[in-house]
Amino acid sequence: MAEAPARVVSMNLCADQYALLLAGPGQLVSVSHVSRDTVASPYAALAAEVPVNHGGAEEIWLLRPDLVLAHEWSDTRVLAILRRLGIDVLQIPVPEAIAEIPDTVRAYGDALGQSATAELLATAFEQRLADLEFRAAALPPGKTATLYGANGYSAGMTGMAGDILRHAGLLPAGGALFAGGSVPLETLVMEAPDMIITGARYAGWSRSEALLDHPVFDALPAARRLSGPAWACGTPRVLDAVEALLAVREAS
Amino acid sequence: MSYRLELLLGAGVILALAGSLLIGPAGLLPAESFAALLSGEGPAGLVMREIRLPRAILGALVGAALGLSGAALQGYLRNPLAEPGLIGVTGAASLGAVIALQTGLAAAFTLGLPLAALAGALAAVLLILALAGPRGAALTLILAGIAISALAGAFTALVLNLSPNPYATYEMVFWMMGSLANRSFTHVWLAAPFVVVGGAVLLSLGRSLDALALGEDAAESMGVRLSRLRLALVLGVASSVGAATAVAGGIGFVGLVVPHLLRRAVGSRPSRLLGASALGGALLVLLADIAVRLILPEKDLKLGVLMAIIGAPLFLHLVYRTRRELG
Repeated sequence: MAEAPARVVSMNLCADQYALLLAGPGQLVSVSHVSRDTVASPYAALAAEVPVNHGGAEEIWLLRPDLVLAHEWSDTRVLAILRRLGIDVLQIPVPEAIAEIPDTVRAYGDALGQSATAELLATAFEQRLADLEFRAAALPPGKTATLYGANGYSAGMTGMAGDILRHAGLLPAGGALFAGGSVPLETLVMEAPDMIITGARYAGWSRSEALLDHPVFDALPAARRLSGPAWACGTPRVLDAVEALLAVREAS
Repeated sequence: MSYRLELLLGAGVILALAGSLLIGPAGLLPAESFAALLSGEGPAGLVMREIRLPRAILGALVGAALGLSGAALQGYLRNPLAEPGLIGVTGAASLGAVIALQTGLAAAFTLGLPLAALAGALAAVLLILALAGPRGAALTLILAGIAISALAGAFTALVLNLSPNPYATYEMVFWMMGSLANRSFTHVWLAAPFVVVGGAVLLSLGRSLDALALGEDAAESMGVRLSRLRLALVLGVASSVGAATAVAGGIGFVGLVVPHLLRRAVGSRPSRLLGASALGGALLVLLADIAVRLILPEKDLKLGVLMAIIGAPLFLHLVYRTRRELG
């Protein structure tokens, strides 16, 4: 890309992360309000200084952006309005596997006119990935794991979550847990994975999350780990998630 | 007088309890299931003891509470439309429960949740009785019920929207539709004492309600103290519906459908209708909860959806008949 856009607005959590990582000084005008949420946002610390938006067309327009970064599933009505107003809107797909992350970094680098920074980041990522794969290969195989979060939601193992587990040398649990979606507690108990990874709690109380306090969990032999923001969005921080799992497994 | 109806309903409840224990996504065979229930061994034992057993017990408790409360309210108001869900008692109980959960009251002390739901239900019953009057005229009753339900629902949504938690929308569906999925013995122990005490109070009102069916003057001349009857009714309904709603969400129509179906079979005697409706309510909710698991096992179909599909047409029928009677 020839010229770097001067005013960039990101309106989605996942796009926020890459923009926060790669944008030059003053280039990033605004990110989505979720990017400051320490439970969901991998680079929440970087978002503290950047003003936030709530994804409304009028709000974004008033920021006078040259480039808007959005998700594939961002509100199409908002994006249509922005495009009609002559603003560039870019929807770079969220990576579905760890191997896709370096190219996603490079794609955002090109879009922001920060290709050199992106290349450095991508290369460092590939180096760290190679180191972690080496460590994972040394671990005993055959241990199963699954994600199981609020509402019994399993992220499914075909996407990034399964890839994180595999890179930590873990075998994704089978059946409905593998397919993903809301999985009944019964199914989880019968599948009996060696490790269950649940989400960190949000503020306030919810029945959805209270499911994870069900007494049956205390009776299960599975080890329980918390996921965390590193698992979200397929950013370079997924390697933090892999490394944390590896550390647990190496210690046991 | 023969108790064939009660025996039949009781047998139905026992069969439905067994069915509820046998059906679930784990796909255990009946023999395996009962063996696992008795031994408590392995994953199957956990499924039976920690997941299916509390669900079945709660289904029976909640259904009995709702059926019995419906029958008692209808007997007192002498109006077949009086139903905890329709007249806003369930909605207000939900509101109480949601406030307790969101303010941390429920976490701070064990009985916070059922007591808050009870308080909500209590407020709604008192309001309904004050508005609809002792004779419970159909129109005032339903209008007051709609207003209380709408207000309670709106405040429930508001409280949930103010919560910083991103799952608020799921919560609203639960509090409006109800569900027994993933309940545990914690919930059984929370609700059971209140349902049992409230239910016992309501069952003890049978003779007074029989007398009241002859009119207030006749009842008083037969020694029924109306103010005391009213107090017992209010506390009994609030306690049982409040506790049931606190753990299972807002399940509607049970208190409407069950007494309606059983009224003729008990010869329209309010006292007999109470016990029969408790059994019938337990049976209906257990069957609905089994159906929820059979129709869309993976989707957590809400109980209230099924109850409304069964109950709403019946309600329309009652409205139609009431209109005709009003001329």
